[in-house]
Amino acid sequence: MISSKVVREDILRMIHTAGSGHPGGSLSLVEILIYLYWKEMKIDPENPDWEDRDRLVLSKGHGAPALYSVLARRGYFSVDKLDSLRKLGSGLEGHPHMQSLPGLDCSTGSLGQGLGIAAGLALGLAMKKSPARVFCILGDGELQEGSIWESAMSIPALKQKNIIVVVDRNHVQLDDAVNKIMPVEPLAYKWRAFGWAVAECDGHDPADIERAFSTKANKPLVIIAETVKGKGISFMEDQAQWHGRVPDKEQLKKALGELK
Amino acid sequence: MKATREGYIEGLLEAGERDTRVVVVDGDVSRSTGTIAFKDRFPDRFFNLGIAEQNMAEYSAGLALAGFIPFYSTYAVFAAGRAWDQIRTSICNMNLNVRIGGAHGGTSVGPDGATHQALEDIAITRVLPNMTVLVPADANQTRQAVLASLDIDGPVYIRYGRNQVAELYNREESVVPGRGRLLRDGKNASIVAVGAMVSIALDAAGMLSKKGIEVSVVDMVSIKPLDIQLLQYLSDVTELIVTAEDHQIAGGLFGAVSEYMSENCPGRIIPVGINDRFGCSGTPDQVMKHCGLTAEAIVGKVEKAVKIR
Repeated sequence: MISSKVVREDILRMIHTAGSGHPGGSLSLVEILIYLYWKEMKIDPENPDWEDRDRLVLSKGHGAPALYSVLARRGYFSVDKLDSLRKLGSGLEGHPHMQSLPGLDCSTGSLGQGLGIAAGLALGLAMKKSPARVFCILGDGELQEGSIWESAMSIPALKQKNIIVVVDRNHVQLDDAVNKIMPVEPLAYKWRAFGWAVAECDGHDPADIERAFSTKANKPLVIIAETVKGKGISFMEDQAQWHGRVPDKEQLKKALGELK
Repeated sequence: MKATREGYIEGLLEAGERDTRVVVVDGDVSRSTGTIAFKDRFPDRFFNLGIAEQNMAEYSAGLALAGFIPFYSTYAVFAAGRAWDQIRTSICNMNLNVRIGGAHGGTSVGPDGATHQALEDIAITRVLPNMTVLVPADANQTRQAVLASLDIDGPVYIRYGRNQVAELYNREESVVPGRGRLLRDGKNASIVAVGAMVSIALDAAGMLSKKGIEVSVVDMVSIKPLDIQLLQYLSDVTELIVTAEDHQIAGGLFGAVSEYMSENCPGRIIPVGINDRFGCSGTPDQVMKHCGLTAEAIVGKVEKAVKIR
C-alpha cells in the first residue's frame, strides 16, 4: 500500500508543474482512494478492461490529480507520466477522460452526473450477473446539484446492492464554506430519508475508513467521510481559495516540507 | 396515415427481439409514447425512472458502459433539452451507445402548447460531437431508423412525432446514416425536408408542377451525418434549395444545409420552418398553419425565388 505522503507529494508537484488544477479537493481524497485501490476494489492493473473488475466513478472529477497519482502508483501507467498533467496529448486531462488513460472507468467532471452513471453501470453489471461493484465518490458541494437527488431516489427504489457511494465531506466549495454557500445538512438524515444506509467515518483514518466500508446493510450504502479540504498543508487546509489555486515554487517547497 | 411513434415502438420491439443488449429507460411517459409495449414484452429490460430526465440520461450512460444498448425516451423537449448537459458531457464525450428517442417532436403535440413542443431539439443534438441525428418522416422509416441505430457506433438521437402523418415508405426500405432520399427529381428548384414536412413538401411539389415549376424533393432523414453527395447533386441541377422543417430555422435542417452549401456549393437556400418563436396550443394542423409550415408556404417561397431569377 502506498503512503498518503507520496500521493500528496504527487498531487502538489503535478498541479505546480501543470500551472492549474484543484489541490484542495484532491488532497481531501487521498486516504479514500488509497483504501479503495489497495484494499477494497477487485482490480487488475495489468488488465484494466477486465470485465468483472470493480469500477470507480469519481463524480467530483476535479479530484483527478489524486486519482491519477493513485492509478500510476498502483501500476496502471508510468509514474513519470504524472508530470504531464493537463498537457496536450498526455491523457492526463484536467478532468478524467476514460478513453485517454488506462484505469479510468468513466469520464467525469461536470458535477452532478456521476452518481446516475454509476447507478446505470451497476444496474447493467447486475443484469449481467457480474460480481463487480461500483464505487462512486461525490463531493459535498456537489450535493447541491439536483440530479444527485434524482439518482439518490432511484438507487434504493431499484433495490440496487452493488453500488457504494462515498461523500468526500470536506466542507468547502469553490467560493466558500459549503454551509455558507448552500448548506447540505442534515446530511446523514437526508440520505436515510432517501432510503440509504449511512456510515460515517474519519476520511483520513485508514482503519476508520475500512470500518465504514465493512458496514453491513440491506440497503444501498453511503459513507460520509469527514475530510479536510487541502489536508496536510497548513496554509491550504479549509481554505476555499485553495480549491483551484496553484502553489508557486516557494509554496510548493513549504508544502512538501510539511508532509508527514 | 400513421404516427411515427407507432413505428418507433415497432422498431423497439424488433430491436429487443434481435439483440438482448437492448434495454429501455423511460421517464413516466410509457403510456403516452407507447414504450409500455416494451415493458410488457421484456419486463426485465425496462426501467421507468420517473420524472427525472437527467437521471435517465445518466443511467443510460452507465448501462452503455456496462455493454448494453439503452434506448431512453420521453418527450423530445425533455429528452434532448432537460438532459442536454448529460448528453453532451457524459454520453457524447464518452461516445456511448445510447439511443435517445425524442417523442412528440415539433408541433405534433399541438394542444399541449409551447412548453411541450420541441422546436430546438435538432439544433441542440446535432451540434454535439459523435452524435448521429435521424429525423424520420413516416412510421415505417421510424421503425427502420430504430433498427439502423443498432449498428451505429456512438450515440443516436431519433426524433419522431405524435400525430398521424402520410405513409411514404414500404416496410423494408432501410435507413442509412448519411443518406437522404431523393423522392422526386425536378430541374427548377429543390426542396429538402425532414419529418412531418416531407409529405407536405411532396404536396408542394405537386402544386408547383401544375404551375409549370418542377422541383426535386429530398427527405434528409439523416441530418447528421448529412447526405452531402445528395446536396452536391441538387446543387449541380438546381440553384435554389428550400428547406422545410417542423423546427426552429436557426440550427436545424436549414442550419445544417446552409453550413455545408455555403462552404461547398453556389446557389441560394431559403428556409421554411419555425421563425424564432415559440409554439402555441391548437390542433397540430392548426399550429403548423399558424407557424407557416404548409405546402402553400413552400410553394410561395419557391415561386417567388424562381421568378426573381
